[in-house]
Amino acid sequence: MAATDQTIKQVNTLGSSDYKYGFSTEVDEIRPPKGLNEEIIKFISAQKDEPEWMLEWRLNAFKVFNKLPKPQWAKLNIPEIDYQDCYYYSIPKSLKDKPKSLDEIDPEILKTYEKLGIPLKEQKMLSGIAVDAVFDSVSVATTYKKQLSDLGIIFCSISEAVKTHPELVKKYLGSVIPVSDHSFAALNSAVFTDGSFIYIPEGVRCPVELSTYFRINAMNTGQFERTLIIADKDSYVSYLEGCTAPMRDENQLHAANVELVALDNAEIKYSTVQNWYPGDKEGKGGIYNFVTKRGACRGKNSKISWTQVETGSAITWKYPSCILQGDNSKGEFYSVAITNNMQQADTGTKMIHIGKNTSSKIISKGISAGKANNTYRGLVNILSKAKNARNFTQCDSLLIGNQCGAHTVPYIESSNSDSMVEHEATTSKINEDQLFYCQQRGLNSEDAVGLIVNGFCKEVLQHLPMEFAVEAQKLVAISLEGSVG
Amino acid sequence: MLEIKNLHVSIEEKKIIKGLDLSINKGEVHALMGPNGSGKSTLSYVLSGKDKYEINDGTIDYNGKNLLELDVDERANEGLFLAFQYPMEIPGVQTSFFLKTAINSKRKYLGQSEMDALEFAKLMKSKAEELNISTEMLKRDLNVNYSGGEKKKQEILQMSMLSPKMAILDETDSGLDIDALRIVSEGVNKLRNSDNSFLVITHYQRLLNYIKPDFVHIIADGKIVKSGDYSLALELEEKGYEEISQTA
Repeated sequence: MAATDQTIKQVNTLGSSDYKYGFSTEVDEIRPPKGLNEEIIKFISAQKDEPEWMLEWRLNAFKVFNKLPKPQWAKLNIPEIDYQDCYYYSIPKSLKDKPKSLDEIDPEILKTYEKLGIPLKEQKMLSGIAVDAVFDSVSVATTYKKQLSDLGIIFCSISEAVKTHPELVKKYLGSVIPVSDHSFAALNSAVFTDGSFIYIPEGVRCPVELSTYFRINAMNTGQFERTLIIADKDSYVSYLEGCTAPMRDENQLHAANVELVALDNAEIKYSTVQNWYPGDKEGKGGIYNFVTKRGACRGKNSKISWTQVETGSAITWKYPSCILQGDNSKGEFYSVAITNNMQQADTGTKMIHIGKNTSSKIISKGISAGKANNTYRGLVNILSKAKNARNFTQCDSLLIGNQCGAHTVPYIESSNSDSMVEHEATTSKINEDQLFYCQQRGLNSEDAVGLIVNGFCKEVLQHLPMEFAVEAQKLVAISLEGSVG
Repeated sequence: MLEIKNLHVSIEEKKIIKGLDLSINKGEVHALMGPNGSGKSTLSYVLSGKDKYEINDGTIDYNGKNLLELDVDERANEGLFLAFQYPMEIPGVQTSFFLKTAINSKRKYLGQSEMDALEFAKLMKSKAEELNISTEMLKRDLNVNYSGGEKKKQEILQMSMLSPKMAILDETDSGLDIDALRIVSEGVNKLRNSDNSFLVITHYQRLLNYIKPDFVHIIADGKIVKSGDYSLALELEEKGYEEISQTA
């Protein structure tokens, strides 16, 4: 039997029972009734004790949401989503009165994070990573807060920032992703629950990796995370998010908005390892992941770099983008998207060149196995004032088995004759001879596939922070188990 | 070590090997010589377990096990090694990482713990030096942009690090200049001992000047037509395949 066939057979027998994050945690939850309406939005805002302006902002977003159609551009088969059949807010009861220290957090929740490998206890935080953890709708703990605040760095949950730093939130929230951008963006703006807020002051280089871990625990709950990162002049920050969810037969909705702002000479590096529950091998259950991520390089010489490893979710719809306003600013997008079984992904980026001498780089690696479909969709738009703009794009697709699909949809628009745009694309099947060679050296078929695919993704994985690169390599191999492809 | 009896192999209905018998004992080096299309490479692939070959008849016993029932990686971890005629390029995978993965796969199979990083580095360094392979090369992606000679040396490096019981060298001499041929042959000779065996597949007698076989077999049209000692290789060099096959 051919090694790939064998792998496919193994994947089929494995199904998704190997999703090791598929446990759920027994905690009492506070939840308003299902459904999406103004009352729910008022409830969320009141639960969070938000100021009046925030509630108004939400209610306005809800009005916009009601007028916007669902985006249709993606090559995805998205079932009709019944927004009324979903809970929009869920918090463990024990977090209602926000714990003041980690000792007050429900031990069950701490255990969940321990199982996920996220140490919250600060004394364990030797790895040099500050973590904010979001459990369903609320932020559980932010480690390292004191050390960061000595540098003037603000790292807290967005709910907290609304109250403690309203001037920054008012100034920047919705400034990169307008509420009216598309319906998921508007939905998130109306019902967002939690996420991270980061402000790096002028001239500060954040000494640790900042990280958020998102976890959907409750049933039928949507998670609407909202993250806002502002890097002031001459500052630098590297941020990483990780995501998991329990195995459930129902689909769960995740619609996040992430906004980044980089001022003069500032740099933001944003890395994602997304491993939401993908559904079982027949496509039952799994997370619908509709994410809007956008960064504005507002200042001259600023830089925003997105790195993503997308292995989970039943549907991934995500285009982390850069608006290159400042002269000489740079945008980068490094992506690995793996789809197996019945998973669907439509992901890519937009690079909008506005300033002079702006440059962008796109490296996308799509891997498709099982009956999955994987699409790269990208836009490189060079506006007339973007003199001397540069873009380089490389999209490689790897197919495992003969029932999956890979699609590449690059749009290039240039209104400037000084600009230079390069696009390279390849599509290949995993090579039987390479697999045989590895197996002849003693690797079993799954390890052989993992090795070859990791090699295929190397250009992207090497942009992840060291600690996460190792995790990501394992994840790449695990997600192809069975399919593997 | 290896006992092949009445082997018949076809690929896509075409018969390639037609009743081949070969017995290799511990500590022996056998050379298999034959013209293009005689079934030499097919035999190496069948022994290592590549798909697409249909075994129509015959048995292969390997150290008391039915070789044909083992998966490719099981055969490898049981000590069967194939030095490829055309080693594969694996982009994005560092050569040293590949070597480490291979060694640890075998150790895992044998129920041993992983080799620690320092021990591995020492082993790799000493073996690479013997073969005149630079440490810089070990940092490059496996076989990517290697010259023909470098690829063959890499195969011998892998072989010496995995120290197989039964090594098959499939036209390892092709594409090698005289210096590389000498280095590769020395690598093989160092590995020879009373516990392991080699099957050296080649077109030319030249390689056998460096790796002295105990037995020489001539294969033609899927069968071994003549066997002898080293002098048979010399005779072949003189007379050519056609004449030898006819007199068989």
